[in-house]
Amino acid sequence: MTAALALGDDALVLAHRLGEWAGHAPVLEEEVALANIALDLLGQARVLLSMAGDEDELAYLREERAFRNVQLVEQENGDFAHTIARQLYFSTYQELLYGQLAAGESEFAPLARKAAKEVAYHRDHAEHWTLRLGDGTAQSRERMRRGLDTLWRYTGELFEPVDGLDLDRDALRRGWTDSIGSVLDRATLTVPEGPQRGAWTAGAGRQGLHTEPFGRMLAEMQHLHRSHPGATW
Amino acid sequence: MSASEWPLWEVFVRSRRGLSHTHAGSLHAPDAEMALRNARDLYTRRSEGVSIWVVPSSAITASSPDEKDPFFEPAADKPYRHPTFYEIPDGVKHL
Amino acid sequence: MVATVVESESAGAEAYAEAFDAAVAADERIEPRDWMPGDYRATLVRQMAQHAHSEIIGMQPEANWITRAPSLRRKAILMAKVQDEAGHGLYLYSATETLGASRDDLLDKLHSGRQKYSSIFNYPTLTWADVGAIGWLVDGAAITNQVPLCRCSYGPYARAMVRICKEESFHQRQGYELLLALSRGTDAQHAMAQDAVDRWWWPSLMMFGPPDDESAHSARSMAWKIKRHSNDELRQRFVDICVPQAEALGLTLPDPDLRWNEERGHHDFGPIDWEEFREVLRGNGPCNDQRITQRRQAHEEGAWVREAAAAYAAKHTDRLHGEATA
Repeated sequence: MTAALALGDDALVLAHRLGEWAGHAPVLEEEVALANIALDLLGQARVLLSMAGDEDELAYLREERAFRNVQLVEQENGDFAHTIARQLYFSTYQELLYGQLAAGESEFAPLARKAAKEVAYHRDHAEHWTLRLGDGTAQSRERMRRGLDTLWRYTGELFEPVDGLDLDRDALRRGWTDSIGSVLDRATLTVPEGPQRGAWTAGAGRQGLHTEPFGRMLAEMQHLHRSHPGATW
Repeated sequence: MSASEWPLWEVFVRSRRGLSHTHAGSLHAPDAEMALRNARDLYTRRSEGVSIWVVPSSAITASSPDEKDPFFEPAADKPYRHPTFYEIPDGVKHL
Repeated sequence: MVATVVESESAGAEAYAEAFDAAVAADERIEPRDWMPGDYRATLVRQMAQHAHSEIIGMQPEANWITRAPSLRRKAILMAKVQDEAGHGLYLYSATETLGASRDDLLDKLHSGRQKYSSIFNYPTLTWADVGAIGWLVDGAAITNQVPLCRCSYGPYARAMVRICKEESFHQRQGYELLLALSRGTDAQHAMAQDAVDRWWWPSLMMFGPPDDESAHSARSMAWKIKRHSNDELRQRFVDICVPQAEALGLTLPDPDLRWNEERGHHDFGPIDWEEFREVLRGNGPCNDQRITQRRQAHEEGAWVREAAAAYAAKHTDRLHGEATA
């Protein structure tokens, strides 16, 4: 079930990262918004991981190299603009992805139909913030630009093939590129230049190759569960 | 408004079709679009609504408590506007 | 002429005061634009702001475990609970704003220590079981305090509390269930649960505030029906509720003097360490600095975001208002 793991890990890891915002958001209303998104993603992760096995065994007992999420979602939160850039790139992808899956007949179709609505809202949230930060103050514009640039190199992986997923990847990439281009244009920003992937030919997240902060994230996420082998919670 | 304090919005939620929008509370947002989204996140986390209105608090004109008497008392002496004003013999239905 | 004006004004004020007293006596609600005594307003602002601050600061000890929750189910529950606390803080700030206090001003007062929050959140969450103990004991004590507030004389506060109490019913249950799973789990888990209850029990009893004979604001708040029961009354109610719940959990409460008193029809319990309470209140609890520093930091680091959104709104006023109602 590589596909369920890939999509489930994406959702789980991003939910975890968004959970790190709790108590740190720039305004109280945003505490509620970020938590809503995190909860949606965590819900998706639980359904997807359960398709592949026991959700807790998969979340808490796999080593870093066994995780199949894209590197984009494991990137640290950074400032709010960095988080919004990550949200924009990922939720735009996820909306198109679930859109395709919802229209298909695979075992992912039922989940995709429900999740597509959630994800449309995540994309809407990211878009509205991208507009406000991009076209807000000089400082917010600079931060937003930096976030978009830094994360750009992780976006190419979104369009790599995933075993077991029958996708029109060209349409995915086209839709994503159009959508991001249009949002950034309205935000008076430009689409970053430069490669959309790292130079490492060994691969990336879908092959179990992650970035350094991910290991620390997993250590924190898994330590309690692993400290009590066999316990129920 | 200070550079960073966002204006206050009043939130009205229609809990289900067939009911009118009811005041749910208020929140801060920089503009109407964000106010709607914040309202959705805050006041309908447990699917309490099917439709939301947001109104800048500053746009609301309220009757003053001082005007209470001229505003509301004339209605209070028109009990014939209320169905319970009329006595109907027991057993008469559909009235 | 001047004298006449003053006289008629004070006659008016008296009439207002009478109307206010009559409304409170008749258990009617006072609404934002009604006349109210200055002290009533000030008392409400103080209490409601403190309540709102407590929700917001109260996110921290539990958020401390979101990234380490030991199962995905628990992670989701905890995230939802911490989110609710942000929401409850928002309801309460919004209710406080009906009294003419601005949120920025209230947050300033929190950040500068001029307004308080519940001292209970100045204790650390050292283990996972603390999340359970907070749900069971701290939320339990809060609910005992809050249910009567649903009938508080100030309308917006009472309405916020109705919503909060409804949403909070799951908070206490999840905490209890969490502790039950630990108590019935491995020896290490059971010990973790007992340790947490040992540490949270006494601070929870302090949440009801000082004994009635030392409580500065109680009597007047009772007269105004902002408060419905005395501190000691609520504390006793809480102890009586908790004793059988602890038994069902298979955990003990750390009080050798705790026993049923047939004559009173209540449990007797040992003396509370009010010196600790006063010290924590004074700022010397284990986490006072940490909590305020994090809150202030989040606020300061968020300033550029709030400014950006305000700047964007100013640039796009027409469009934003044109599209607003859908």
